[in-house]
Amino acid sequence: MDLSVINPILLFAALMSAATPILFAATGELIVERAGVLNLGVEGMMIVGAICGFAIAVETGSPIVGFLAAAAGGALLSLLFAFLTQITLANQVASGLALTLFGLGLSALLGQGYVGIKPPRLPDVNFGFLADIPLIGPIVFSHDPILYVGLILVAAVWATLKFTRAGLILRAVGENHDAAHALGYKVVRIRTLAIMFGGACAGMGGAYISLIRVPQWTEGMTAGVGWIALALVVFASWKPWRVLLGAYLFGGITQLQLNLQGAGVAIPVEYLAMSPYLITIVVLVILSADKSAAPGSLGRTFHASS
Amino acid sequence: MKIKTLLASAAMALGLATSVYADGHEKTKVGFVYVGPVGDGGWTYEHNKGRLAVEEEFGDAVETVFVENVAEGPDSERVMTQMALDGADLIFTTSFGYMDPTINIAKKFPDVKFEHATGYKRADNVSTYSARFYEGRAIQGHIAGSMTKSNIIGYIGSFPIPEVIRGINSAYIHAKKVNPDVQFKIVWAYTWFDPAKEADAAKVLIEQGADVVLQHTDSTAPQAAAQEAGNVITFGQASDMGQYAPLPRVSSIIDDWAPYYIARTRAVMDGTWESKDTWDGIGAGMVGIGEISDAVPADIKEQALAMKTAIADGSYHPFTGPLKKQDGSDWLAEGEVADDGTLAGMNFYVEGLEGDIPQ
Repeated sequence: MDLSVINPILLFAALMSAATPILFAATGELIVERAGVLNLGVEGMMIVGAICGFAIAVETGSPIVGFLAAAAGGALLSLLFAFLTQITLANQVASGLALTLFGLGLSALLGQGYVGIKPPRLPDVNFGFLADIPLIGPIVFSHDPILYVGLILVAAVWATLKFTRAGLILRAVGENHDAAHALGYKVVRIRTLAIMFGGACAGMGGAYISLIRVPQWTEGMTAGVGWIALALVVFASWKPWRVLLGAYLFGGITQLQLNLQGAGVAIPVEYLAMSPYLITIVVLVILSADKSAAPGSLGRTFHASS
Repeated sequence: MKIKTLLASAAMALGLATSVYADGHEKTKVGFVYVGPVGDGGWTYEHNKGRLAVEEEFGDAVETVFVENVAEGPDSERVMTQMALDGADLIFTTSFGYMDPTINIAKKFPDVKFEHATGYKRADNVSTYSARFYEGRAIQGHIAGSMTKSNIIGYIGSFPIPEVIRGINSAYIHAKKVNPDVQFKIVWAYTWFDPAKEADAAKVLIEQGADVVLQHTDSTAPQAAAQEAGNVITFGQASDMGQYAPLPRVSSIIDDWAPYYIARTRAVMDGTWESKDTWDGIGAGMVGIGEISDAVPADIKEQALAMKTAIADGSYHPFTGPLKKQDGSDWLAEGEVADDGTLAGMNFYVEGLEGDIPQ
């Protein structure tokens, strides 16, 4: 066993990168669920975002344009879900699962010409002297801009939900859509916008995998991250900062266990492999002891006539 | 009432017409159960190439169906059951974790023939088949041991099953032969296909000093991670992964399932199919060695190709003694060759490898 081979700076930097796709997807889904909609299509939107972002980045030579395309791709796909669940009043669970299957198939089709291509690289943000601060600099100030967008997104979502009128309306729609409707709020429009926001975030998370974390296009490359994000929202009790904690905890322990394996630590590999799931769940369950309830209208179909 | 009967009959006739010839004999229906997506660029991609070869060989005489991304375990039973109910005559289940589900479903459908890849359980209507990937690993180990500068070789394992352990041992034995100072770092990903996790595993190994990364997972993500890092060499797994040549990918193990799939489909069609075990390697063409790129020095390339020839003609076996087990106990005496039974159930590391095999 040789723990000296583990570079803590690289480990922390890697955990931030590993957490970012989950963070984007989970933050987007948090908004969707706070609006009272359960979208199980996160995985499908992520993988479509992954190929849209990758393809457009390759074609334009700009990763930033790629990320914008990923957000647009995820949002467009989520519109299909919005149409099914908000207009035709289809079952949300079935529609979400269908969206995932559709997204996986569509991405495979779109991605056939992009296998084995190296995407353009997104340069790290130049923080100047901040990046030279011992220990903190390389960990916090040496990443790509999208990682910081993810952190800003969490803060923005938290502030919006807590301090703004828009956030209050969104929460009202999620808690009791009939009451919100009675007050004159356009429930379907609000939920559709929330669904699109969730789709855009999921798309960005998918593109982060294909453009930065791996970086390549491979069919099915999200490999279940969308489901992790979905679970995270529930275990985080629909609170943005807990989503951040959960994503970083999951990403961090995933990275740590790989590092510990490489270092030959005398902990059975089976325990190391299951630790990201186990520890994340345990920590978030302990934190959610405050009995934070799910949004009252979560998953319920809204009938304007009722 | 008559019109209803007529319509029902017409619908049924139309359905049957899709799988029955004018002369009355039915198409042979062949099913494939895949653990990953057909576009993984590795394991499943090669199995799917085999399926396409069956279609090309037999044309309208066969109909093939496949289901991808089937989780190992109970869900695979549902997929196999559905295939059998849909009229499959022959079903290929292409991952180790489908072993017990294949046996279970085969009992329920005695008239359907099953072929399970990389497993060891058979029945009257279940055959097993695998490739001697460890032969390719020997060649990779030789190149890796010869080319490493840091003397640290990283190895991404999927699951601790005999097939993977054989590969680790074979690569290590041959790396150690040419470079006694070599050290293997093994990271278990506990997945066959998860590009992000595979890339992370490769990055961890590279950060910990590995300048060669071998993988027994199915995506090309470790290749991309190595390319990003620079000055790291890799090997294609299950498929050529030639898009990463000449560097980082310097060679590959290629699984060629097409001849086997064609032969077994033909056996079902002509009624000669019987349960058996097939375990072929470089000699039979089931294991191919991808082109060794010019990034490999000429002398090392020559030695690797000589080893390939020797393995192919049977004059050399990758597990030839003297070899000890990890615990120091004797395994193979000088010149003694490992028997297939031991290799098929291999659950130990050879001497020199560090760490324990997960249970």
